[in-house]
Amino acid sequence: MSEFLQFLFSGVTVGAVYALVALGFTIIYNASDVVNFAQGEFVMLGGMSTVFLYEAGIPLFPAAVLAIILTSIVGVALNKLAIEPARGASVVSLIIITIGASIFLRGMAQIVFDKQIHRFPAFSGEQPFVVGGATILPQSLWIIFGALAIFGALYFFFTKTLTGKAVLATANNRDAAKLMGINTNFIMTLSFAMSAGIGAIAGVLVTPMTLTSYDVGIALALKGFAAAMLGGMGRPLGALVGGLAIGMIEAMTAGYISSEYKDAATFIVILAVLFIMPNGIFGRSAIDRV
Amino acid sequence: MLSVEGLRSRYGRIEVLHGVDIHVKPGEIVTVVGANGAGKTTLLRCLSGIQPAAAGTITFKGNDISRTTPHHRVKQGLAQSPEGRQIFTNLSVEENLRLGAYLFSDDRVATDLADAFAMFPILKEKRNLSAGELSGGQQQMLAIARALMARPDCLLLDEPSMGLAPILVDQILDVVKNLRSLNVTALLVEQNAYAALSIADRGYVMETGKVTISGPAQELIADERIRAAYLGL
Repeated sequence: MSEFLQFLFSGVTVGAVYALVALGFTIIYNASDVVNFAQGEFVMLGGMSTVFLYEAGIPLFPAAVLAIILTSIVGVALNKLAIEPARGASVVSLIIITIGASIFLRGMAQIVFDKQIHRFPAFSGEQPFVVGGATILPQSLWIIFGALAIFGALYFFFTKTLTGKAVLATANNRDAAKLMGINTNFIMTLSFAMSAGIGAIAGVLVTPMTLTSYDVGIALALKGFAAAMLGGMGRPLGALVGGLAIGMIEAMTAGYISSEYKDAATFIVILAVLFIMPNGIFGRSAIDRV
Repeated sequence: MLSVEGLRSRYGRIEVLHGVDIHVKPGEIVTVVGANGAGKTTLLRCLSGIQPAAAGTITFKGNDISRTTPHHRVKQGLAQSPEGRQIFTNLSVEENLRLGAYLFSDDRVATDLADAFAMFPILKEKRNLSAGELSGGQQQMLAIARALMARPDCLLLDEPSMGLAPILVDQILDVVKNLRSLNVTALLVEQNAYAALSIADRGYVMETGKVTISGPAQELIADERIRAAYLGL
């Protein structure tokens, strides 16, 4: 029983990380139908910037806030310099641009930062809590509640605020959105800033546990993307559930079978789900009456 | 109210508007009729700023808006109900209407919403449904109601009768006719020339990117050339 509980804690923690990355995907996808493959780089930038600001003598909390702001600025720059000039290009071309941007950001990170592995101290110490014979680190709770808080904020943004609905309208029909008086360029800028900011928050939260280096983005982006697809692309709830599901499958497979099989088990489950529900667990089917 | 002079526009290297002049006075219903491909939709897209104008000027309420961004034109009171309705199919009926009033956050939005529901009771009934689930006629009503939520002084309507059953066409045109009582000036683009001219004050006939005939709507209905080419009489 305590063994199961231990796997559960580890699955929820890892799952919350994937959910945070997946939530970042959701926003840009909702605004533009583009899957931003530079999302993992936002996570890396959040962690790495915090490390370097912290080592430069800035206290941890202000360093993290500054890192999140800096990453948001990088997100806005990505939109202004790479996505906006390609206006009118197909979604596939834009996705390829984001892949290029992710390689560029990774390369720049090697130069601006370095190629070493870094970490900074956990927010609330390293002393684990013991629950039913299993242990959980305080940083895990930060990650889990961080993911839940961001999910809640995004859910509110997209369902209750007019700006959130303007984001959805812009994705659905950009010309019609302009006819409503929506400044669609601003909506895109806002989406990239929010998405990058959420990625950076994920990076700040996980670095004390998983460490960070210039290349942590690739693996996180892949798992976060899988989580978003599993839950239903563009749905905050889908990102949360998809992320937790993948984290859980990984932890259980690693615990009860072998950690060698954890990725295989994850992708078998994803394939099986997408066979039955091609739009993901919470995805809306794309049926329009014409 | 709205004045277009020498408007040219192109898609890539192909010019589709070759110098269009159109004038709309306050309170008028003016229609632009013409065959498919005459450039009517491009004209409205230029007026809203969705499509760039290559040359010419667009003056709205005395201001040159030729280079103004689309959202500023809406802010100044120029709204459009676009061709093919283009409602937001991923949002509910009510959310579509609220986005029509995107520029406003005052108490009047609630009143305007109630007015829209009074004008189209079917939309009130289906307010929480996804807009993509509405029938073609209901989507058209939603597109017009959504444009009115922007509190326009001048409403551009692109082919509101397209694809609708004859009984619905009459219903939609009644709505357009009633814009007068709301103090909204209307520029109506239609392929259904007879229906459009019968409710309009004045009309323009467009052919391959140019205005070829213009005049009071009743005269145009009586004009032999138009009767033969567009009215099938």
